[in-house]
Amino acid sequence: MSFVWKRFLGTVPTLFGIVVITFMLSHALPGDPAAYFAGPAANAESIAQIRTSLGLDKSLPAQFFKYVGDLAHGDLGTSLTTGQPVLVDLATRLPASIELTLCALLFAVGIAMPMGLLAATRPDSALDHFCRGTITVSSAFPTFFVGLLLVFVFYFSLDWSPQPVGRLNEMLYSPPVRVTGSYVVDSVIAGDFNVFRASLAQLILPSISLGLFALAPIARITRASMLAALEADFTRTARAGGLSGRTILMTYAFRNALLPIANILGMVFSFLLGSNVLIEQVFGWQGVGAYAVSAVLASDYAAVQGFVLMMALLYTLLNLTVDVASTLIDPRVRFEG
Amino acid sequence: MSAIDPIARSAFKPPVRASSALGTLAQNARYVFAENKLTLVAVVILVLLVVLAILGPWLAPYDPLATDGTARLAPPTLKHWFGTDALGRDMMSRVVVATRLDLGMAVSAVALSFTVGLALGASGGYFGGWLERGLGRVMDTIMAFPLFVLAMGIVAALGNNVLNIVIATMIINLPFYYRFARGEVNIRRDMGYVEAARMGGNSPMRALMHHIVPNILPPMMVQASLNMGWAILNAAGLSYIGLGVRAPTPEWGIMVSEGASNIISGEWWTFMFPGAALVLAVFSFNLLGDGLRDLLDPRRRT
Amino acid sequence: MIAVPSGRVDTALADVVTAHSDSRPQLVVESLSLDFKARHGTVSALEDVSLTVQRGEIVGVVGESGSGKSVMAYTVMGLVDPAARIRAGRITFGGTDLLKSSEAEMAEIRGRELAMIFQSPRTALNPIRKVGLQIEDVLRRHAAIRSQDLRRHAIQALERVRIPDPERRFDAYPFELSGGMCQRVMIAMALACSPAMLIADEPTTGLDVTTQAVIMDLIRDLSRSARMSTLLITHDLGLAGEYCDRIAVMHAGHVVEFAATETLLREPAHPYTQQLLAATPTPRSSVSTLTSIPGQLPDLRGNLPVCRFRHRCERALPLCDEPPLPWTRISADHVVRCRNPL
Repeated sequence: MSFVWKRFLGTVPTLFGIVVITFMLSHALPGDPAAYFAGPAANAESIAQIRTSLGLDKSLPAQFFKYVGDLAHGDLGTSLTTGQPVLVDLATRLPASIELTLCALLFAVGIAMPMGLLAATRPDSALDHFCRGTITVSSAFPTFFVGLLLVFVFYFSLDWSPQPVGRLNEMLYSPPVRVTGSYVVDSVIAGDFNVFRASLAQLILPSISLGLFALAPIARITRASMLAALEADFTRTARAGGLSGRTILMTYAFRNALLPIANILGMVFSFLLGSNVLIEQVFGWQGVGAYAVSAVLASDYAAVQGFVLMMALLYTLLNLTVDVASTLIDPRVRFEG
Repeated sequence: MSAIDPIARSAFKPPVRASSALGTLAQNARYVFAENKLTLVAVVILVLLVVLAILGPWLAPYDPLATDGTARLAPPTLKHWFGTDALGRDMMSRVVVATRLDLGMAVSAVALSFTVGLALGASGGYFGGWLERGLGRVMDTIMAFPLFVLAMGIVAALGNNVLNIVIATMIINLPFYYRFARGEVNIRRDMGYVEAARMGGNSPMRALMHHIVPNILPPMMVQASLNMGWAILNAAGLSYIGLGVRAPTPEWGIMVSEGASNIISGEWWTFMFPGAALVLAVFSFNLLGDGLRDLLDPRRRT
Repeated sequence: MIAVPSGRVDTALADVVTAHSDSRPQLVVESLSLDFKARHGTVSALEDVSLTVQRGEIVGVVGESGSGKSVMAYTVMGLVDPAARIRAGRITFGGTDLLKSSEAEMAEIRGRELAMIFQSPRTALNPIRKVGLQIEDVLRRHAAIRSQDLRRHAIQALERVRIPDPERRFDAYPFELSGGMCQRVMIAMALACSPAMLIADEPTTGLDVTTQAVIMDLIRDLSRSARMSTLLITHDLGLAGEYCDRIAVMHAGHVVEFAATETLLREPAHPYTQQLLAATPTPRSSVSTLTSIPGQLPDLRGNLPVCRFRHRCERALPLCDEPPLPWTRISADHVVRCRNPL
C-alpha cells in the first residue's frame, strides 16, 4: 500500500506542472486577457468589470495563486457559450467521452493483443505478414478519415449502422434516467432494452474508428514482447520441464510479455484522449471533446482551459492506474520504487 | 594540440567519418532497397509528393480557388478527375495544391522540433546536473498532457493561424527529440574517443559538436522520418476541427471536413481524395522511417 | 589398439563397469550429425558424435565454447533450434528412440524421466513467478498429486536441495535469491519427479568458486543417492575431473576422446586433450606453467578438414587428411578419434 502512496506522491510535481501550463495557456494570450474572457460582444465597461472580477489587474504570481485557489474549490470559471460553470459543463459531458474511449480501448486491446500473440507464435508465416501489413497500413489513416470512411461504408452504402447523430437518435428514443451518465449502462439499469440496443449500436462505429489507430502499437509491442519472451531462458527451462504448450504460452511467456505492453499503454491513452475530440466531431458525440472544439472556435477561454486541465488530470490518473497495475504483474517494480 | 592530438586521433577513432559514412550509406542503401522494395516505393512516392509540393500550383489543371456554380458536386469524370466540391471547385487541383501546405507544416514543425530538441537534448545529456534535471522536468510536463489536447490549447492560446499550428505541433513533438538526443549523448559522452578528444584539449562544446553530434544524427534522422507521419496527422487533425487553416485555403484536413457533410448524400469524392492523400503521405513517411531504421540497425526491426 | 568403425562406440563401451554404474546404458548417442542452416551457408555443428551414459554414473562433456557440447545436450532434450537439421544418428534413452519421438512424447519425457538445468540460473527462472510455484508447475504436469499436496511436495523438493527455511523461500521471487540459491531451485525443479537422468549445462559457470563446489557436491550427492545418471556439460576440465566418472572431450563438433576420468587425466590419447590438461590450472601448477592452445576453432561453415583439430595440432600427419576419421579403441574404457594418438 505504501508503494501506491509513494507513486501517487510522485505525480504531485507532474500535477503542479500541469496546473502551471494550463495557467500559462490562458495568460499567454496576445493582447488583453480580460477582453478574451469577456467575449467578443463585450464593451469597454464589461471588460473592465471582468478584469477586476477575475483578478486580471493583479500581478501574475497573484493571479496564479488565485487560479490555484479557485481550482481547489472546483471553480473553473464560467463558459461564455453555455453560461454555465465550466466544471458543470464538463462533468455533464464527461461520461459520454469516457464511454467512447473505454469502448475504443476494449476494441483495440481485444483485437490487437490476440493478433500480436498469434503472430508471435507463427513468426514469418503468411498470417504474420498479413497482420503486420494490415497494421502498418492502418496506422497511416487519420482517425477522422477512418470515422468518415466507416460512416460512408456502413451507414450510407450498406445501411448496417444507424445514422451518426451522436449517442442516441433523439427523434426515435429518449435517453434513460441519468445514473452513471452512460446511456448504455443507464438503460440497462432502467430496464429499457430498446434504448440499450440503440445506444449500443450508436457506439459501435465511433469506438472502432477511435480504436483503430491504437491497434498498431498494441499489436506490434505484443508481438515483439511475446517473441522475446518465447525466446527467453525461462521459457526454455519451462520447455525442459515438459510443461504444456498452454502453460508455457500463457503463464510463462505472456505474463512476462505484459510488462512492455503496459509501458506503451501510456502512449495509447495519450492518443485515445486526444483523438477522442476528432471522433466526437465526426459522429456528433455529445462529449467533452465536442464541447472543447466549439469552445476553441468561440474563443471561450475558460472552457478551453478547463478542458485541457481535466484531460491532463484524467491522463495522469490513467497512467497512475497502469503503473500500479504493473506491480501486480511484475513484483520487481515494487522494490525498485 | 600538436603532440597530443595525433595520438588521441589514432588511438581512439570516432566510429563515423563523414566521407566514408556517406560511402557506406550509399552501399547499405542499395542493399536495403534491394531487400526491401517497399522502402524504394516509399521514396518514389515521397519524391512525387515533394515535386507536387514545389510545383503544385503550376501542375494543377484548374485554379484551386475558382468556383463554378454550374458544376457543383460533380462526380469524378474525365473533365474533373477527382470531381468537384460543393462550390464547384476542382478537387484534384485543390488536393495537389494542398500538398505544399500540408507537407510544409509538417516539415517545418519536425525541423524545428528536431533542431531545438537536439540542441536541448545534447546540452542536457552532456552537461547533466541542474540543466538536465530542469529540462527533463519541462519535457515531462509536456508529456503529462494528451498531446493533441495540448496542441488544441496552444493554438487556442496563441491564436488561430497556420504559424501557431506549426508551433503547437513543434512543441508537442519536442520531448521525443529531446529524450532521444539526451539518451544518445549520455551514452557517448563517456566513450573513449570523446574522452580522448577532451584530453586532447578540445572544449566540451567542440567535443560535443564535432565528435558526438555527427554520430547521433543518423538515428535521429530515423526518428524524424518516423515522426513526420505523426506530425502530418496532427496538423491535419487540428485543421479538421477548424483550427489554423481557414476556408478557402486548400489543405487536406480542412477539405476532409468540408467533404464530411456530403457523405450522407453520397458524394464521396469530396472527402475521399484529400483523405487518401493524407494516408499516402503518412504511409510513405512511415515506410521510409522503417526502411531507414532497418538500414541503421537491422536488429531493431519489429 | 583396435580401430572401431564409427557408430559402434556403444558396444565398445557397454562392457565398461565403473564403480557406480549398473552396466546398462541410460543414454546412448550414436553417430549424431547435425547442421544449422544459417544465412550464409550451413554450419556443421555436430559430426558423428557418439557417447554413452550408464545408469547411475556421471559423464562429463568438456570442450571450448563452440565445440557443440551444448548443442548435443539440447538435441537430446529435443530443444534444439528449429533451424537445426539432424542429418544422421540415433539417440536412445532408456530404450526409447528420442529422435523418432513426437513433440508430445518428448514433453512427457522431459521433466519426468529426463531433466535439464542451465547456466545463469537467475535468468533461467521465470522472474515474475514465485519459485515454489514454478516447482509446483512441474509437479502438477507430471506427478499424480492432489492440488492441496502440491505445496508440500514443492517445499520438500526445496528441502532436498538444502535450501534453508524452505517454507518462506517458497514465496520468494528469483530476483530475491542469490545465484547459488537460484541454481538450487532449478535443481529442485529438475529433480522434483525423480528423473532417470539429469543434463547439467554449465550449471556453475558464473557462480563464485565456493558456491560452485557446493552446487557440484549437491548434484553429485543427489545423483548418487537416487542412482540417477548425469551428463555434465562444462568447459572446465578440472571440474569434470573432480566430479565425473567418465569424460568425453569435444572439439569443433567432434567427440575426440571418451574415457574413464582417471585414464583421461593420466594418459590422454588425443593431442587436444593433452593441451587442455596443460591449460587447466591445478593446485600444483603456476600461471607460468599454463599453456594456451594455439589457433582457434575452425569455422564450422564451408569446407572442413577430416580431422577438425588438424590445423591446431603439432602431431598432424598426411594420413590425417584421409577420410573417414575412425574411432580407435585404446582399451576397454578408452576410445579416441585420432590418426596419431599419443
